[in-house]
Amino acid sequence: MMEINPTRDYAVKFENLSKHYDLGGQIVRALDGVTACFEKGSFWAIMGASGSGKSTMLNILGCLDRPTGGHYYLDGKDVSCLGDEELSDIRLNYLGFIFQSFNLIPQLTVAENISLPLYYKGFSEEFCMEKAKEMAEIVGLSNRLGHKPMQLSGGQQQRVAIARALSTDPVVLLADEPTGNLDSATSIEIMKLLTEMNNLGKTVIMVTHEPDIAEFAKHRLIMKDGKIDRID
Amino acid sequence: MIKVTYVSLKRNVRLGVKNLLLHKLRSILTMLGLVFGVGSVIAMLAIGEGASEEALERIRMLGSKNIIITSTKPAVESSKVNNDVRLSVYGLLYNDYLCMDETIPTISKVVPVKSMEKIARFNDRAETLRVVGTSDEWFDLVNRRRLAGRVLNEQDVAESMSVAVLTESGVRKLLANENAVGELLRIGGNSYEVIGIVCTEKLADAGMQMPDREADVYIPITTSRLHYGDVYTQTNDGSRTSELVELTQIIVEVAEEDKVEETSKVIERLLSITHKKQDYDVSVPLSLLRQAEATKRTFSIVLGAIAGISLLVGGIGIMNIMLATVTERTREIGIRRAIGAKRHQIVMQFLIETLVLSIVGGIIGVGFGLLIPFLVTKFAGMPTIVTMWNLLLSLGISTATGIIFGLYPAMRAAKLDPIIALRHE
Repeated sequence: MMEINPTRDYAVKFENLSKHYDLGGQIVRALDGVTACFEKGSFWAIMGASGSGKSTMLNILGCLDRPTGGHYYLDGKDVSCLGDEELSDIRLNYLGFIFQSFNLIPQLTVAENISLPLYYKGFSEEFCMEKAKEMAEIVGLSNRLGHKPMQLSGGQQQRVAIARALSTDPVVLLADEPTGNLDSATSIEIMKLLTEMNNLGKTVIMVTHEPDIAEFAKHRLIMKDGKIDRID
Repeated sequence: MIKVTYVSLKRNVRLGVKNLLLHKLRSILTMLGLVFGVGSVIAMLAIGEGASEEALERIRMLGSKNIIITSTKPAVESSKVNNDVRLSVYGLLYNDYLCMDETIPTISKVVPVKSMEKIARFNDRAETLRVVGTSDEWFDLVNRRRLAGRVLNEQDVAESMSVAVLTESGVRKLLANENAVGELLRIGGNSYEVIGIVCTEKLADAGMQMPDREADVYIPITTSRLHYGDVYTQTNDGSRTSELVELTQIIVEVAEEDKVEETSKVIERLLSITHKKQDYDVSVPLSLLRQAEATKRTFSIVLGAIAGISLLVGGIGIMNIMLATVTERTREIGIRRAIGAKRHQIVMQFLIETLVLSIVGGIIGVGFGLLIPFLVTKFAGMPTIVTMWNLLLSLGISTATGIIFGLYPAMRAAKLDPIIALRHE
């Protein structure tokens, strides 16, 4: 069990968080009273076998799902019982997502993909393009702004996704198996990029089942049967 | 805030167009439904409008303020004629004319008409002409363009002058020209001075008898009575039939249009007192006009409804495609939602795509709808009328179709659970 130090500034704080599913009378406890906290600027890897509850945890972390019990504080704000509209706002302003399958929108260019969250925030097109250029430079893709995702390699696509996730300067960067679709050399590149972002002060929480990828993180949280198994 | 909305709208529209261009064939096929729908709405309304406008125009030419009373041979009388009755007496009386003129206050003009066929001689030419005896007010009532000379005046009628006004067709029959004015014209056994020439209206088949429709020459009614009396004898294949008809028609002009129907009732009542048999027929162009307008409305509604069904089919086509698109782009919706797009933003995105489809389809449909009536008029010779109102109506309907049929797929897209949508392959 993790110790919560009230004086510390946490990016994410779980208090006795649970998620139960009712599958035809049989209750499945995907998360069963998890208490955890992730400090600002930390780099965590959440690990565990499939069915351990790590995906559910990431969904709740990402405000895509609501817990059935307990509290989730994001940047000090209780987001456990917010409505759909407010959760959309939280995702837009506090969170950045990186997915295993990149999840770029195929008909949009790299620049448009990067600035998509900014567009939803209501910024002007000029600002969006300016920011997209800036972000592309950070991830090393400034010469690919006008390309479509299909014209890029997997590693490049994931870089676009990272740029998109960072474009709104979120509190937490959530990565769901970010290297799952990449070869090992590219995986290391992407992990180096994430580490770099973490060094710049971004809080990174990553779900993975590959131990060598998890090695990049500063802390590891291992889940088992909806509970925290151990932390190292 | 307004600027932001405008910017996002502009971008939404651009993205919508881009998405539609990604599947060109699909977009075009979807649009076709609306193109044909809008096109047929406009074309049908234009054809309907044109057809009924033609009929309305004919009635309007009779004058909406006029009441036309025509002498008709009673049915019983006409069967007797062949056997033993030599002289059939029926129709409107000169007294009816005077009576109406003096007793009905809502009437502004009453014009008597007596038409007959007489042999006329002009120079060396002899020809059967249709002669109309009438009063000077006739020319106020029925606007005929004057080609030469003057028309009948009050004095001509009062003093039973022997003057005649020829119509174009009369001139043609007599092989005369404009110089005929001032010349002598013999009708029956009497001499007339030609004082003027007027135009003949080209009323193909007006459906209602207007006495001058085929008139060749006008003379004062008083002169006509003086010279020819009221008995009119016609020789047909050797058999002679004589009719005593004082006036063939009485045309009444009512001072105000809303008094027309009332006045026509008064006239019928008046005539029913003096006439034992129904030997006259009162027709009111205004009521015919109203009937024709009602028919036109029905016609338009029926045509519009048929065309509306094709719009409905087009709308269903759009909905079908948009539902398929939503399913196809489930993952994209999931991505957008995960990034932070709100439900209404997703609704907007898909709705704008449908709107672009339906508005573009509508505009092409308008072009199509303008082309069909043009071709119909050109090749089938049917009159068509495209009104601005009809264009706007069909564009409006197609846009509304887009909104109505696009809303459901868009809402369905927005309702998707982002977690499930993201997992969608």
